[in-house]
Amino acid sequence: MSTRRWILPALLALVVLLAVASIAVGRIVLGWNVWLDQDAIGRTILLELRLPRALLGVVIGAALGLAGAALQGYLRNPLADPGTLGVSSMAAFGAVLSIFLGAADLHPLILPLSGVAGAMVGMLALFLLAGLSASALTLVLSGVILSAIAVAGIALVLSLSPSPWTAGEIVRWLLGALADRSLDDLALSTPLIAVGAALILSSRRALDALTLGEIGARSLGIDLGRAQWLLAGGVGLVVGASVAVSGIIGFVGLVVPHLLRPLVGARPAALLIPSAIGGAALLLAGDVAVRLLPGGSEVQLGVVMSLIGAPFFFALLYSMRRQVT
Amino acid sequence: MKPDSRLSIAALTVERSRRAILESISVTFTSGKVTAVLGPNGAGKSTLLGCMAGLLAPSHGSVDLDGVPLATLAADERARRIAFLPQIPEVSWPVDVATLVALGRIPFRRIASDADNEAAVQRALQVTHTAQWSHRVVTTLSGGERARVLLARVLAGESGWILADEPFAGLDPAHQFEAADLLRSLASRGCGVVLTIHDLALAARIADRVVVLHRGRLVADDTPEAALTPATLREVYGIEAQWLAVRERSTPLIAIHGRHVG
Repeated sequence: MSTRRWILPALLALVVLLAVASIAVGRIVLGWNVWLDQDAIGRTILLELRLPRALLGVVIGAALGLAGAALQGYLRNPLADPGTLGVSSMAAFGAVLSIFLGAADLHPLILPLSGVAGAMVGMLALFLLAGLSASALTLVLSGVILSAIAVAGIALVLSLSPSPWTAGEIVRWLLGALADRSLDDLALSTPLIAVGAALILSSRRALDALTLGEIGARSLGIDLGRAQWLLAGGVGLVVGASVAVSGIIGFVGLVVPHLLRPLVGARPAALLIPSAIGGAALLLAGDVAVRLLPGGSEVQLGVVMSLIGAPFFFALLYSMRRQVT
Repeated sequence: MKPDSRLSIAALTVERSRRAILESISVTFTSGKVTAVLGPNGAGKSTLLGCMAGLLAPSHGSVDLDGVPLATLAADERARRIAFLPQIPEVSWPVDVATLVALGRIPFRRIASDADNEAAVQRALQVTHTAQWSHRVVTTLSGGERARVLLARVLAGESGWILADEPFAGLDPAHQFEAADLLRSLASRGCGVVLTIHDLALAARIADRVVVLHRGRLVADDTPEAALTPATLREVYGIEAQWLAVRERSTPLIAIHGRHVG
């Protein structure tokens, strides 16, 4: 119990530290003097580049961590994650489609909302394919199917578009990053993510009750239909709005709840907030790491997260193999 | 003592893919008693309990709790008044025992204080003698230990009605009796207890009343001795059995001689 009390302040402190590091670290290292001197270039880098990048790291990391914890609780499966389940890919497909069709030019909100729409379609398809009592195998296969559809769709749409940088664009969406985003991106996505987070948090009772399975939860007076809509909406909003800004960054929602479960306990609702804060910390850490890696051009953040997350997924699946087969 | 409560089932029929699982069942359960619902596999026992818990919608007929149709009660309210222990209880996450038992307070989270909820959890841990495990992770408990913890989860709701589908499965005889005594003491304090049991002798020993189902129909409803006649047992279970004349220590016994042939 005592560990549970310090874990939240510790995670918050970690996020603050990493956010400061994210602001300071880069090709040009910003010192404290940016705040004191009239260093115009330093200020520009700070406000236009580093600050949005760090803040997006916090918001998007929190969104992905929260979505992962909620999906794992609802599906009662530690393999669930917006990335592995294909929800992120569907969000990217929605966003790419709105750019291709020109809808994204009509209003700045259209792009994030298209991401949200894609993610929600992904969630509904997932519920249709896997349902509530899916085995790990069904769940993983549903994710494979959704990802395959979405990735093919993204590649097709981008290939049809007249842009000369198609290949680069495909990579940019499939392996996301936080570099070169603006405060406008932050301002557009944060309210959507906040609403989604509120929807997810309002399903706490249902997530806890599902610890006792579907019948157990219903016998405790839980309306599972309502919980399903809350999560489709909530996860759709947080993941869609995140992916529309950063592209697909996988595995945050898989790794973080799993690491925190021994520390805060396995009760699904108790895991939501810590997973959000932990997600922010992990994404910030990854985003600082890509800037510290040697080499001419910066590695995409999505690459680093996959390098960490995919072996993790492998190990988790391996430890569950008896259930899977 | 809680005031008398009645769970009434009227002309209840449940059909699944055009097959009647329960056919026009009418029976009223009263609080303060332990009622065992008996019958062979596939007789419709779990379906009946599911309808009584408000989890299954009947095709025809109704279930009323003290004159109010169950279907019209808010889900929270229903869950506060009727606790249900599923036949194959699931525990999806490695939570500790205290956390699991506290899940039984979910229907009360918005109306009772944290202190009240915590006190109810402690009482449930005490009466089931599971308090010593409150910090242990449920998934590390043995099957019997886990069954007791799951019973504590059901009791944490302190509901007027407890419906338990095979609550004694997986318990050794001593713990079966311990759990049975616990349910009996709850009934003596005014709780309505309805359970399904496969073990006829255990049912005969602990139930005040026995309701026998056979192929979705009600075939007997009486005290154990009156309901479980050799003729009924032969017809329903296909076994040759009799009540033993000798009833040492007032323990009723059913001797099962074997399968009924012919």
